Amino acid sequence: MKQHLISAADLTKDDALLILDTAEELASVADRPIKKLPTLRGRTVVNLFFEDSTRTRISFEAAAKRLSADVINFSAKGSSVSKGESLKDTALTLEAMGADGVVIRHSASGAPHRLATWVRGSVVNAGDGTHEHPTQALLDAYTMRRRLGDLEGRRITIVGDILHSRVARSNVLLLNTLGAEVTLVAPPTLFPVAVGTWPCEIAYDFDAVLPKSDVVMMLRVQQERMNAAYFPTVREYSRRYGLDARRMDALPDHALVMHPGPMNRGVEIAAEVADSTRSTIVEQVANGVTVRMAVLYLLLGGSEPAIGNSRTEGE
Amino acid sequence: MTYLIKGARILGGEARDIRMEDGVITEIGTGLAPKDAETIDADGLIALPGLVDLHTHLREPGREDAETVESGTRAAAAGGFTAVHAMANTEPVADTAGVVEQVWRLGREAGHCDVHPVGAVTRGIEGRQLAELGAMADSAAHVRVFSDDGHCVDDAVLMRRALEYVKAFDGVVAQHAQEPRLTEHAQMNEGEVSGRLGLAGWPAVAEEAIISRDCLLAAHVGSRLHVCHVSTAGSVEIIRWAKSKGWQVTAEVTPHHLFLTDELAETYDPIYKVNPPLRTKADVEALREALADGTIDCVATDHAPHPVEAKETEWSPAAMGMIGLETALSVAQAAMVDTGLLDWAGLADRMSVRPARIGRLAGQGHLPVPGAPANLTLYDPGVRRVVDPAASVSKSRNTPFAGLELPGRVHATFLRGRPTVLEGKTV
Repeated sequence: MKQHLISAADLTKDDALLILDTAEELASVADRPIKKLPTLRGRTVVNLFFEDSTRTRISFEAAAKRLSADVINFSAKGSSVSKGESLKDTALTLEAMGADGVVIRHSASGAPHRLATWVRGSVVNAGDGTHEHPTQALLDAYTMRRRLGDLEGRRITIVGDILHSRVARSNVLLLNTLGAEVTLVAPPTLFPVAVGTWPCEIAYDFDAVLPKSDVVMMLRVQQERMNAAYFPTVREYSRRYGLDARRMDALPDHALVMHPGPMNRGVEIAAEVADSTRSTIVEQVANGVTVRMAVLYLLLGGSEPAIGNSRTEGE
Repeated sequence: MTYLIKGARILGGEARDIRMEDGVITEIGTGLAPKDAETIDADGLIALPGLVDLHTHLREPGREDAETVESGTRAAAAGGFTAVHAMANTEPVADTAGVVEQVWRLGREAGHCDVHPVGAVTRGIEGRQLAELGAMADSAAHVRVFSDDGHCVDDAVLMRRALEYVKAFDGVVAQHAQEPRLTEHAQMNEGEVSGRLGLAGWPAVAEEAIISRDCLLAAHVGSRLHVCHVSTAGSVEIIRWAKSKGWQVTAEVTPHHLFLTDELAETYDPIYKVNPPLRTKADVEALREALADGTIDCVATDHAPHPVEAKETEWSPAAMGMIGLETALSVAQAAMVDTGLLDWAGLADRMSVRPARIGRLAGQGHLPVPGAPANLTLYDPGVRRVVDPAASVSKSRNTPFAGLELPGRVHATFLRGRPTVLEGKTV
């Protein structure tokens, strides 16, 4: 594995499978009365969040704490240049504090790349602008694999605002690495112009791809996109690209419905779909902690076994 | 002072001696006697007419932390230039006779090369009301090139009026072609790389749509249009078509658009962030061909200095622009001469003769012949050097060529017979 996890493209198939297998091992910890492992004792993980995201931050925080790492939460909203300290100065501060790992969420695409040039520790991208969110893709793959087994040849349909979605970018890359066949569905306005070069299929007609989908992953659509003329109205978007009960019925029986959250119920996903037995949405959240534990362990844990010395807990 | 240059290859031809007296080339031949002249050994060097840049940002007044007229023109001389145009987007904007005369005077005082201020087309480069173009034309700065560079004159009526108005004093409007709505929040060339990197795209059509419109406007009112920093293959086709109609359209290309591509954004290092953005390999090839066949008239640097902190950030808040004066000739050699697309005479035409003509600079852009003003650049095309930002003569360090090995080095520059650079060092 590389030193940092910035893009899903950083992961070879072996890397990705190692993370997913490690997460399987670590999942057993979640069922224990004491959920803590000593693996990262003495290591410092900084959660550097320039963008509000309580769910992702607490997921990383829980993951680091279950591995006994010291966790420092650093919230700094707004762009670095317009509001005080620059990212570089923040990075140098973290460096001085001896951060072994920095988990960064930032509104600017590429901020983790820049950070990685200024700190010695491992950088984990927790979502950068409209670029990538690799741990989301890992937890999605983990969730799919638990439900469906090996992802080789599985058909995954991702629907929504592909243009602005970091979740879509990371999922396309990772799922392709894992051998799945990805189809992206959106109105043409919400695809990047050169999406034809991506390792996936694209479609404008949601209904046509439903029957051959093993997984349908719905992405959040922000209402302000309507104001920029990406689509005429929220109702029209919902009619053409929303997942309602009728569309859910067109899915194969085994098919899963996923959503990275937060959901717009009634827009991209109907409440009855979100709450159905096909939905893995709550499971995804739980799996997020497990997968992030695996990532932090593999990036920071060195040669120590993940759970092998858990009996020393409480020393 | 009298100088005798011994054995320079004029425009890459046979070795000749060049005598310069009182600011003028007085004699060209072989085996010329030194008499009282200071002799300069130019064995192996190429003599070019002093280079002329239609497009620089010297940042003074207002951003003297990034560049001053003194430091910018010193960098220009180091790059072989004897005349530069200074864009109007200073603070305050060069939209009055007072500001353009200030910049012009600062250039005269520094003395490294001629400084020709570009006047803003609209007041405050806000795109609402014409600036006093006539006052700037009549001022001591004698402005002939007008531009809102950094901003596009996107209002079609204002653009038409500006094109018409400057005919009264043989002016030219230099357009920064960028349709503003198509480029809101734009960060880089829109294409495969922008989609992958999740950076908002700056589509080629935003440049091409404005160039198309402006060519038609210039034809309609019979005016001169100059297109700044052409960056796309599509723009080249439109300009080629406009020229085929006999319309008075000229165009420039930057060294960086002749050499670098948008894949450099993969590093997210804003040293590669510029407006218009770096494009694709196909665009670079089309731009080189267009410069070779004359569709694009000249190389202009768009030298855009920025302080370190404006580039040591994430990509999106970073400033756009690159410095280019000190590397322009080397990059042009690599892109055009070493590839066989232009010979040295052709490069002299594109980097001196034509830009001087577009800017209506009577004393610049003359090929080295007896009687011509002694504006000369002696250039060693045989050496190779690795670009070191720390060695910049410019106050700023934001060169995208840092660490690249480029051919050639300016050995000496003469401004009306007076050396501004000797032995590669500014005087």
